[in-house]
Amino acid sequence: MTAPNTLAPILQTGHLLGIDAVSPAEITALLDLAETYVSQNRAVNKKSDVLRGRTLINLFFEASTRTQSSFELAGKRLGADVLNMSVKTSSVSKGETLIDTATTLNAMRPDILVVRHQDSGAAELLSRQLDCCVVNAGDGSHEHPTQALLDALTIRRRRGGFEGLVVAICGDVLHSRVARSNIHLLSKMGARVRLIAPRTLLPGTADRFGVEIFHDMREGLKGVDIVMMLRLQLERMAGAFVPSTREYFRFYGLDREKLKLAKPGALVMHPGPMNRGVEIDSEVADDIEVSVIQEQVEMGVAIRMAVLDALARGLPREGKNAP
Amino acid sequence: MTKRLAFRNARLIDPASNLDARGGLLIENGKIADVGPRLFNDADANDPEVIDCKGLVLSPGLIDMRVFTGEPGSEHRETLESASRAAAAGGVTTMVVMPNTDPVIDEPSLVDFIKRRAAATASVRVVPMAALTKHLGGEVMTEIGLLLEAGAVAFTDGDRSIANARVLRRALAYASTFGALVVGHAEDPSLCEGTAMNEGEYAMRLGIPAAPSMAETLIVERDIRLVEMTGVRYHFGQISARASLDAIAAAKARGLRVTCGVSAHHLALNELDVGSYYTFRKVKPPLRSEDDRAAMNEGVANGTIDVIVSSHDPQAADTKRQPFAQAAFGTVGLETLLPVALGVHHNGEATLGHVLAALTSSPARILGLESGRLAKGAAADVILFDPGEPFVVDADKLHSRAKNTAFDGRKFQGRVRATYVGGVCVFDSSKEKRTP
Repeated sequence: MTAPNTLAPILQTGHLLGIDAVSPAEITALLDLAETYVSQNRAVNKKSDVLRGRTLINLFFEASTRTQSSFELAGKRLGADVLNMSVKTSSVSKGETLIDTATTLNAMRPDILVVRHQDSGAAELLSRQLDCCVVNAGDGSHEHPTQALLDALTIRRRRGGFEGLVVAICGDVLHSRVARSNIHLLSKMGARVRLIAPRTLLPGTADRFGVEIFHDMREGLKGVDIVMMLRLQLERMAGAFVPSTREYFRFYGLDREKLKLAKPGALVMHPGPMNRGVEIDSEVADDIEVSVIQEQVEMGVAIRMAVLDALARGLPREGKNAP
Repeated sequence: MTKRLAFRNARLIDPASNLDARGGLLIENGKIADVGPRLFNDADANDPEVIDCKGLVLSPGLIDMRVFTGEPGSEHRETLESASRAAAAGGVTTMVVMPNTDPVIDEPSLVDFIKRRAAATASVRVVPMAALTKHLGGEVMTEIGLLLEAGAVAFTDGDRSIANARVLRRALAYASTFGALVVGHAEDPSLCEGTAMNEGEYAMRLGIPAAPSMAETLIVERDIRLVEMTGVRYHFGQISARASLDAIAAAKARGLRVTCGVSAHHLALNELDVGSYYTFRKVKPPLRSEDDRAAMNEGVANGTIDVIVSSHDPQAADTKRQPFAQAAFGTVGLETLLPVALGVHHNGEATLGHVLAALTSSPARILGLESGRLAKGAAADVILFDPGEPFVVDADKLHSRAKNTAFDGRKFQGRVRATYVGGVCVFDSSKEKRTP
């Protein structure tokens, strides 16, 4: 049931820092590999030994429930030793720099480091300082590659592929790493991406992504196959980027009425956690006919197993690891 | 039965269609049913009510884009009702009211309040602008989308500039998302704080703390850059300095969606009119130099200035009966808007139709209103006036509750004889009480 470690490496760079640097062929290979883990995760025995003897460190500078537990579960199901470090228990809160932390962690000889950080480029910085593989679990407003991959897996399982699909990404594109990773991935795979947001939540140069821009959600949703909602980060929104949550919901919240404008049977996605009544109406979020939000979470574990598996294939084999 | 009202023998001036000709106009059920040069040349005996205009000007009613009232919160200064009486007497059929009230009009429910109060009490049309930032605080943008739906025609902090460029940038970007019109005030808050008049020789001699006209131009230039970046529709509520006019002319030449207004008092008065600390001429922005005043007249004549406004700002006597530096800013202006604006025409700088455009069709175009024109099917908001009739402004005879006019005792030409809103006569000078 498990893919042997002798397969060709998928992520040639030895890291997964962003979708920008991943080729369409690699994306397809990762999705194919993830399919095998979907089956494994649905079996009684969910465990394999692909990462036996390997050490996985989850280093989270930002609080995250689902991404961290998803990586933890992925590592454990592949047989790795998993260590969770969060900012509150690390010495970063005592003033240690990111580089110091990296050096310290490096001495513990992890094989794979999964990192989430509030600053864009933090994962890249660590990848240059550490000897292990680095997986970006979200850096600032830059990228969140495993989220885009799990979204892609969800879409491919439902729609069979990406070619010609019209995908609307709605909400706070300006601050969203999920949006950036999804724009890269969907464009690479042949889907057409639309961004829907007020001008305050879109970068002024958003059209340079090669996407269509809409400020009127009703216009933007017309005829789309997939509606991806982004989380509105309430704590930094109030009055600065949008005037209020009630106004946001009125014009940019996905409700039944707006969803009617999308293609019949269009899928609704959300990376979570949702602000119900802000960017999405509960009636839509909880409708299993259209919402694949729970499925996204399931695909998250499978995709992370695939990513860890793929990276492990590039690691030194037994006997060559220690100097 | 249809209600008909016919005007014959009028000098029809409709800036929207470039019409200036002898003719007639027919009102049916509150709308203009017909208008044209040959209409009613022979009085139609079938019409129940025919008004012989005897060659007086019949034009669209004025749209005043800048009116402050005291309702809600300062009803002792002015209510929507008292302002509307002043408006009717001045030929203003649409007042665009500023959100600078207490509470500030920054909530959809308050826009609704203004509309309902106006419908219940005011004799002319009242169109509310809503605040651009909450409490006019310059920090938190208002619910522009919901306020638009409630009926706000534009967004402004009234007589305040937003100091924080980042806040303004986001507010403009957000407003442009909805295609909303933003109306800005150009006075740099830090340069103007604590000042009472225009910086120059006269302020120096009076010993009054003063702000340079550059305080206006700085903000005009900054705002133009932000307009260019955000693509918003932007209107400077009123400007007063030549350099500001030049900046706006350049922006227009670059194709930016920028328009501007000037107050009637900045067309007619300069800083010397402050005289001996005459607080009724303490206004915001302050009266400028003679060169600036001349520039404002040129701007109206050459079309760089789109609209002329009253900047009607009623103040109670106690706030004006103060040392100049402590007195409140503002002058009333609804009743003097037309005669003061006509000065540009009487001075030979522009045609009557051109001046009227700045008071009717231009504000209608900027605000997206249906009124401001003599066209079949349009609301019958019309005025009848004698552009040449001389008179002396008498503050005591003003209809507005507050009497703080900058023009008391000044002589002008041009008086409104009658004002119609939706075909209903709301002012008739022949029925006014004559005091000896």
